[in-house]
Amino acid sequence: MSAAATPAAAALPAWLRALVPLVLALGIGALILAALGRDPVQFFANVLNRAVFNRSGLQETLVLMAPLLLIAASLIVCFRAGLWNLGIDGQFLLAATFASAFAAAWVAALPYWVAMALLFLLAAAVGAGWAMLPAFLKARYGVNEIVSTLMMNFLGFGLSAFLIKTLFGDPEHPAPQTTMLEVAERLPRIGETLVHVGVVFALLVILAVHVVMTRTGFGLRLRIVGHNPRAAEHAGLNVRRLTFAVFAISAALAGLAGAVEVLGVRGVVRADWHPGYGLLVVPLVFLARFHGVAAIAFVFVFAVLSIGGESAARRADLPNDFLLIMMALILVILAVTDHVASRARG
Amino acid sequence: MDALFTNAFLVAFVSGTIAASLPLLLAGLGEQMSEKAGVLNLGLEGMMLVGAFCGFAVALETGSFLLGFLAGAAGGMAVAAMMAALCVALPLNQIVVGIALTLGMQGATSLAHHVLYSRTFPRLPRQPEVALPLLSQIPVLGPSLFTQNPVVYLALLLVPAAAWLYRATNIGLNLAAAGSKPAALDLAGVSVTATRAFAVLATGALGGLGGAYMANIGAGLFVPFMTGGAGFMAIVIAMLARGRPAWVLGGALLVGFATSITTALQVAGFNIPTDLVLMLPFGTIMLVLTLFGRRAGLPAALGLPYHRGAR
Amino acid sequence: MPEGTGAATTGADRGLDVPLVRLSGITKRFPGVLANDEVSFDIRPGEVHALLGENGAGKSTLIAILSGVLQPDSGRIEVNGRPVRIASPRDAIRLGIGTVYQHSTLVPTLSVVQNLMLGQRWWRPLGRAAALARLAELSALLGVRVDPDATAGSLSLGQQQQVEIVKALWRGERVLVLDEPTSMLTPQGVEELGQVMARLAARGFGIVFVSHKLQEVLAFGHRVTVLKLGRKAGEIPPARLSALSPAEATAEILDLMFGRGAADPEAPRRRASTIRADDAPLLEVEHLSAGEGAVQDVSFTLRPGEILGIAGVDGNGQKQLAEALAGQLRAEAGRIRFAGRDITRLPVARRHALGLRYLTDDRLGEGTVGGFAIGTNLVMKRVGEPPFWAGGFERPARIAAHARELIGRYDVRTPGPEVPIATLSGGNIQKALFGRELSGEPRLLLANKPTYGLDVANIRAARDRISAAAAAGVACILISTELDELLELSDRIAVMYRGRIAGIVGNGPDAERAIGRLMVGGA
Repeated sequence: MSAAATPAAAALPAWLRALVPLVLALGIGALILAALGRDPVQFFANVLNRAVFNRSGLQETLVLMAPLLLIAASLIVCFRAGLWNLGIDGQFLLAATFASAFAAAWVAALPYWVAMALLFLLAAAVGAGWAMLPAFLKARYGVNEIVSTLMMNFLGFGLSAFLIKTLFGDPEHPAPQTTMLEVAERLPRIGETLVHVGVVFALLVILAVHVVMTRTGFGLRLRIVGHNPRAAEHAGLNVRRLTFAVFAISAALAGLAGAVEVLGVRGVVRADWHPGYGLLVVPLVFLARFHGVAAIAFVFVFAVLSIGGESAARRADLPNDFLLIMMALILVILAVTDHVASRARG
Repeated sequence: MDALFTNAFLVAFVSGTIAASLPLLLAGLGEQMSEKAGVLNLGLEGMMLVGAFCGFAVALETGSFLLGFLAGAAGGMAVAAMMAALCVALPLNQIVVGIALTLGMQGATSLAHHVLYSRTFPRLPRQPEVALPLLSQIPVLGPSLFTQNPVVYLALLLVPAAAWLYRATNIGLNLAAAGSKPAALDLAGVSVTATRAFAVLATGALGGLGGAYMANIGAGLFVPFMTGGAGFMAIVIAMLARGRPAWVLGGALLVGFATSITTALQVAGFNIPTDLVLMLPFGTIMLVLTLFGRRAGLPAALGLPYHRGAR
Repeated sequence: MPEGTGAATTGADRGLDVPLVRLSGITKRFPGVLANDEVSFDIRPGEVHALLGENGAGKSTLIAILSGVLQPDSGRIEVNGRPVRIASPRDAIRLGIGTVYQHSTLVPTLSVVQNLMLGQRWWRPLGRAAALARLAELSALLGVRVDPDATAGSLSLGQQQQVEIVKALWRGERVLVLDEPTSMLTPQGVEELGQVMARLAARGFGIVFVSHKLQEVLAFGHRVTVLKLGRKAGEIPPARLSALSPAEATAEILDLMFGRGAADPEAPRRRASTIRADDAPLLEVEHLSAGEGAVQDVSFTLRPGEILGIAGVDGNGQKQLAEALAGQLRAEAGRIRFAGRDITRLPVARRHALGLRYLTDDRLGEGTVGGFAIGTNLVMKRVGEPPFWAGGFERPARIAAHARELIGRYDVRTPGPEVPIATLSGGNIQKALFGRELSGEPRLLLANKPTYGLDVANIRAARDRISAAAAAGVACILISTELDELLELSDRIAVMYRGRIAGIVGNGPDAERAIGRLMVGGA
């Protein structure tokens, strides 16, 4: 059950194979809109007007991309290595909670960039730490990482809420939440825009992950394990150690995503906050076939649909969860085209 | 402190445990069957949501509690049919398709809710309860345990029924073989595809029923995302129950108990950290996995498509 | 093991000449392989028909066709004289053909009696009482004892096989097919199996006994058919088999299996030895045990330029020995010294760096990553090393140049180094793997069944490659089940039997007979 073993179709050029499911899914989405008596053309025009052709809308789109890009990077690492880290959401939330809990105090006590660097490191360490138990169980006993990481999600949500209500809580505030990081102290914005430097950071990180996975010896080792663990043993790779490395890196990236979200945008974590980005990014990463640059493109498309879709859906009197249907269609059509292509290849 | 021991309190507590456990029990029993047959069904959350929506919509429309539950089961099965078509008939990746179905059904039910109910927010009247003769006269246990909606009794009866099915019928043998050695089942002349499809459809029906319970009995209304991860929780419970229905009941009750006791204690004036108590079942599970390791007793062919005579 | 051919008369004496099952002209192709080529085969009542052949000779394919798992491309199947089609395992059962497969078909999580009940129509009651009665009846017939409620996975391999036989006979089958049933059994288990087969034959069952072990075939078979490279090499009917002395029968069957040197005019002469006798031994293996009994107390030494052949029937610990030497399998006892250095605890990568190269027999399963480019596969064991990586970063031009060089030197037929390696033919993959293992500074080549599954031209190329390596001073270990290959290349030949080295013989005129004896467990 390895993620990396998903057959890659060889018959079509890569960009076309990724585009087919997207176009089909958007097409079916349009049909659903038409069936609901909405004008699909108007709907998609509204999406683009809000999220791309509007100055502040485009900025919101870019800001939303930051955590999603880091989560995509996290998934690229584990999927390419054939491991299913479905514990992204727990790692993300716990890291966000820790970063948020210390943000205000550290920024007050330390030079700004030192404090920020430490907060990012803290988030990465918390995320990675939260994945060590599944990593150990996988490497030592071969315990299915899907079960263990999903369970760590529930534990992570609980622990995060507990910490916010006890140690990390802001006593001044009636509802349980961490101490607010003032807007002025959040990640600096670029020029006069809403776009904070975390977006650039996320872009650089996913590009770096892409380069590491495709151009370095370390990345090749991970890909060998992902495609054929027995070949990895035969080639003299230390599969157990690589398994730990994959979980640590993947979860650290998920932790960074949490840090970017709270330090860049929210400034606070409420006990009931639960963004659940993990499952949403899984389809994007599959669509991009674990390719970092393609993932940037698909995260952008998703962010556009998400920001623009919210407004377009409001105007069309629809819930923006409507987008989830399209995500599902993309995934299923992708799986089917992959299957058909691998059958055609023989 | 006396509040803890009043009958009203205990009745509320026991009923609360059952209300929180029941969807997990139904969905967990369903997932267990899929897993037994070798299909990891991450679409369970989606099946529960569709069951919740269909159950609510039909109960509201017809006023019939029974039709509502049947519709819930049917809704879950419709989603399961997609899962079966894509992952049993076709050998597509079960995890990708499972996530897709969950996402898609979250969107679809939210959309349907928006179209139908977002202006009126209708509620169902309180659903009928059946007080078991004699037993319901017992103090505390009577009004809590033995005065319930019939679905509760049905779900509890499903536990021994499932155990009997696995132990003493051909279907049970076929399911176990499909999950732990599909080639052996095929050689014995039984279709692996049909066996797995049956299991997935049964999962859909039970998950849908669990969802309908959440909407019609638990909440009395439908709201988007109302299952709130119960499907994933049920998957974990099923995986750890290792094919034993009684353990699904135990796991579901444990989670239900943890959910209910915190609420109850808070009502009684204790300030117990809810979140920590809710973590207990999963913490225990991780501890058990760490101490006793191994492969968590999952069927050998779980998650793997089956091809005959692969050389 | 029971001695001689004493049992061989029973079937012939019965004189029942209407076959229960008759296969004629069966042909089955897989991509690149002709697994069965016009094979004909009869199963008669009261007779144990032994089907003998090396691995890859097509025995399993023939059995799969007989039991409905595979369909032949052409040929005719008759049951009791009527032409039939066996489209599925269920058809085979309906036609009265019960099969005990090479790999267990018991569901390990179910109990014995549950395994036996598996396969009924789903709406029927289980009928446990009836099943227990039937089990008791068949146990008595077979003379075995099993606990009906024991979990199948908890039984010993011998017991599991007894359950498999009960299962094959469960619905009153008249034909019992046993595919390599002795490969996992202890000597005592083999003997018991022989008694079971004799008892069933005496009751009029038709039995197919597949094996690649000569001695068992002679002990249990009434009629012997030999398959070689998918073709029927010959058949010895009961009358003739019983007329031959054990030694004559052995000689005749070996003849059919391996052919004499004379039968193969293209077979080259023995390679001239290139041992550098003055050099110190490169590899010293002392009392090595590994793989939970798969390799036991193995000792030998090897000098530069020497080729040590490892003969033996497949599955006698050769693969585990290779993996223990390569570092993939942990040594449980003993020592391995390489170039004077103790490498017993060194991991795979370190041994590779020292020049110990393992050419695996599982080319697609572990030798390569099928979806990766040839160029990448060629540097798979040197990931991160210069000159292909610098500062951790890949240098694609160097990797491609290296690939092109090896592709040219080793004559790999491919459109280019960027093609996924899985798209190449088996022969070309093997050439690429030879290139990978012999590049850099190899000192020891551990070749595990290097010609298995290749066509004639590629077999020649692979053998020449090994002899060239030895001539260049590389010490070679050649694991093979092909006797002619071992005789052509080796300086000495060690024979493995049940995890031990049964003996090491110098290659010479008498080697073949000595090896044959050692291979079947003789002294």
